[in-house]
Amino acid sequence: MDQRVDGHPALRRVGKIALVAIPVAFLAYFFVYPLLSVLATGFTADGRLDFGPIDSVFRRPALLDVAWFTLWQATASTILTVVAALPAAHVLARYEFRGKRFVRAAIVVPFVLPTVVVGSAFLALLGPSGPVGIDLRHTIWAILLAHVFFNYSIVVRTVSTYWERLDPALEEAGAMLGATRFRVFWRVTLPLLRPALASAASLVFLFTFTSFGIILILGGLQYSTLDVEIWRQATGLLDFNVAAALALLQIIGITLILFLYSRYQERRSVEFEHSVAAAAKPMQSRRERLTVLANLLFMLLLLGTPLFVLIDRSFRSANGYTLAAYRNLNERVAGMAAPATTAIWNSARFAVVATLLAVAIGLAAATVIAYRRGWLSRSFDALLMLPLGTSAVTLGFGFLLAFDAPIDLRTSIWIIPIAHSMVAIPFVVRTAVPVMRSVRHRLREAAAMLGAPPNRVWREIDLPLVTRAALIGAGFAFAVSLGEFGATSFLALPSNPTLPTAIFRLLGRPGTESFSSAMALSTILMVATTVTIFAIERSRTEGLGDF
Amino acid sequence: MRRYLIMLLPLTLLAAACGNTGERAVPGTDQTSTSTEETPGDHLTLMTHDSFALSDGMLDTFTEQTGITVTVLESGDAGTMLSQAILTKDNPIADVLYGVDNTFLSRALSEGIFLEYQSPLLSSVPDSLMTDPHVTPIDFGDVCVNYDKAAFTATPPPETLADLTDPGYRDMLAVEDPASSSPGMAFLLATIATFGEDGDYTWLDYWSDLKNNGVAVASGWEEAYYSDFSGGGEGGERPLVVSYASSPAVGVYFTDPPPADAPTGSLLNGCFRQVEYAGILAGTAHQDAAAKLVDFLLSVPVQEDIPLNMFVFPANSEAKVPQVFTDFSPVPVAPVTVAVETIEQNRERWINEWTDTLR
Repeated sequence: MDQRVDGHPALRRVGKIALVAIPVAFLAYFFVYPLLSVLATGFTADGRLDFGPIDSVFRRPALLDVAWFTLWQATASTILTVVAALPAAHVLARYEFRGKRFVRAAIVVPFVLPTVVVGSAFLALLGPSGPVGIDLRHTIWAILLAHVFFNYSIVVRTVSTYWERLDPALEEAGAMLGATRFRVFWRVTLPLLRPALASAASLVFLFTFTSFGIILILGGLQYSTLDVEIWRQATGLLDFNVAAALALLQIIGITLILFLYSRYQERRSVEFEHSVAAAAKPMQSRRERLTVLANLLFMLLLLGTPLFVLIDRSFRSANGYTLAAYRNLNERVAGMAAPATTAIWNSARFAVVATLLAVAIGLAAATVIAYRRGWLSRSFDALLMLPLGTSAVTLGFGFLLAFDAPIDLRTSIWIIPIAHSMVAIPFVVRTAVPVMRSVRHRLREAAAMLGAPPNRVWREIDLPLVTRAALIGAGFAFAVSLGEFGATSFLALPSNPTLPTAIFRLLGRPGTESFSSAMALSTILMVATTVTIFAIERSRTEGLGDF
Repeated sequence: MRRYLIMLLPLTLLAAACGNTGERAVPGTDQTSTSTEETPGDHLTLMTHDSFALSDGMLDTFTEQTGITVTVLESGDAGTMLSQAILTKDNPIADVLYGVDNTFLSRALSEGIFLEYQSPLLSSVPDSLMTDPHVTPIDFGDVCVNYDKAAFTATPPPETLADLTDPGYRDMLAVEDPASSSPGMAFLLATIATFGEDGDYTWLDYWSDLKNNGVAVASGWEEAYYSDFSGGGEGGERPLVVSYASSPAVGVYFTDPPPADAPTGSLLNGCFRQVEYAGILAGTAHQDAAAKLVDFLLSVPVQEDIPLNMFVFPANSEAKVPQVFTDFSPVPVAPVTVAVETIEQNRERWINEWTDTLR
């Protein structure tokens, strides 16, 4: 966009600076500053800087084991998730079938459910009396399975959005030249998909690297990640020094991985013609129908089983099926800060604000990353992803330490959508950047040569593509915010129960009625997610014609 | 140009949405904590953990009586709350803290986060709950082993902690990890108080016997009670769990329709008593108002409201306990306890030794 388009130079300059300045300022103030505050506190002893805690971490083999386990389980979980999700991405990208939109929306549900809720479903399914028949609780298999369950939709949605726009002619050409299906996939499709795969995999990696609830519930005493350990040290043992040292270790690890990744990602991005999304076609052969069916069944089994356990439980009581758990949602139950409907309303408005913030900032950032190359752009990219790789305790305590002046933001509920948006921005950026990069420069040049003014070029060539990516990103941002539990639970705020915090609280006391209410709220969270994502996706057709 | 305008649009919407967010935040309670227009003492901030709850309108009574409005900050679990109070002690975010318990108290005192205060209502509080002039006891709860009555019709339930290592109770007990769970920590302390650190048979020997007898360790109370415990009603398979003495009563209260008899009971030996305190945070500009709030928390109306909202017992002996508690959850007569200083000095070592034994 530099020399290629004309326009008022001064305006463009201001605009370009704003594109960089807004995300940088946001991240610097709401992420880097609190992070540095936490580290400064952790590494201060008697008023002097003291890096002793780092040394003490390296002297404790148990803590090093934790760091190693964190790394390898994240790697294994990422590989497994990508492998499990690729067939579904293919099906959603290449075939039209009834209910496809619903499937795209519904698969996001696991992603928003609080881990403590799904953890209990997994414990029931993986216990000795579950359908598997062997006790998988507190094993690495339980952890890996749960990670695939939670992150499946990231890969399916990110990759299929990109895949849809790959021209099937390329694959067909390969087939015509005599290549086997596998060879076509391996030599043609996979290399073309790399930018989207790398994007999705990096998000899954970050999510599993900082896995907390799943590890806590399914890992038992044997398995612990850096995130769990930071939390144990900071809130269980109140050892802020060791917690800060572990937080630093976590940040350094994530930074290195992100930097390597963004170097790779930049080199691999491909440009291709802006083909109208016509690649998806109805199923024709029996074989195609079977492929689609098999994938849908797999989704139902992987995602549906644990969810079904929760939904079923929300309608059950000692005397059979009942709506009792749903009937009293508008009343304040003893021991709860507010009626459940308040939690629903809170969740919704926080999610709206967080999504708007994340889309605005994420798109600005994505524009910069997509069109600028070089180490500065790469570092910027990595910086935006860092909040995903930072533990919730670190962020929450950082806010408390950093935001007492000039305005005391420490106990302001504004912090909730801000914290949520930081976790959501990477989703907007990751879905938008590969799409933006894939728009052919030549297409823009041609339009400009034909006399289109720069904003028209942007509006008619970039915007439709970007809007689509932004909507997918917005869907994730909304889902992230609805399901966010960690960061907000380490802040001290006036009571503003959200669905996840209300569920957590209901689960914290005995009584079958409490348990039913928790499951009912989980079911509502599932339905709300599906409906919203569905609506976001529909809006793209209604607003943008054939796109 | 237009593209920048398009990007501004979401920001405008955002501002609109947030304006709304600010005003409608907490219906019924006052939500801003810092406002320069207020005169000192008009407004207090109460910092507490996420299990805090009182009946609707209870805090309004305080405002009617004193003219002081109260914002309640919920700060995660008890450990998280204390961490936050310590990290912000130079510029506190609240005036009063409620919910620090005896397992954490010593750390709070050594960090100097509280001002000294003696409430006139302390005369109604039993001496056994008193610890330090900086804090006021507000409630207590006992962490005990609970049993599922249905599983012990033919054989009797265990009576002492030592019974739990009996092969007759093999694979029956579920406990919580003391590093991540408050009742888990309390039960660990109960075993230390019961078996001691020295002698032929120490607490670590006891835990290794429990391990050999098939104890299950859950990360938190929810998991132990609902996934492991058969009395939780959710398909668990173990008839014994570390929970609270109040759990049988609360279980009855939150089961619809309430059963005539509690399906679970508590083993009243070897219970550890957790006492929760309130204190005035050093650095408050409203010390007198803060004292009134502490008195209010210890007053009979609040104390009688506590059991069915937080499922713990009132510290004020003049407060009446609801029928469901007296029917199904007797208070252990001789709970064990460990001095707060001893807990603070040994917490980390005990947890590490426990982890090494059980892992």
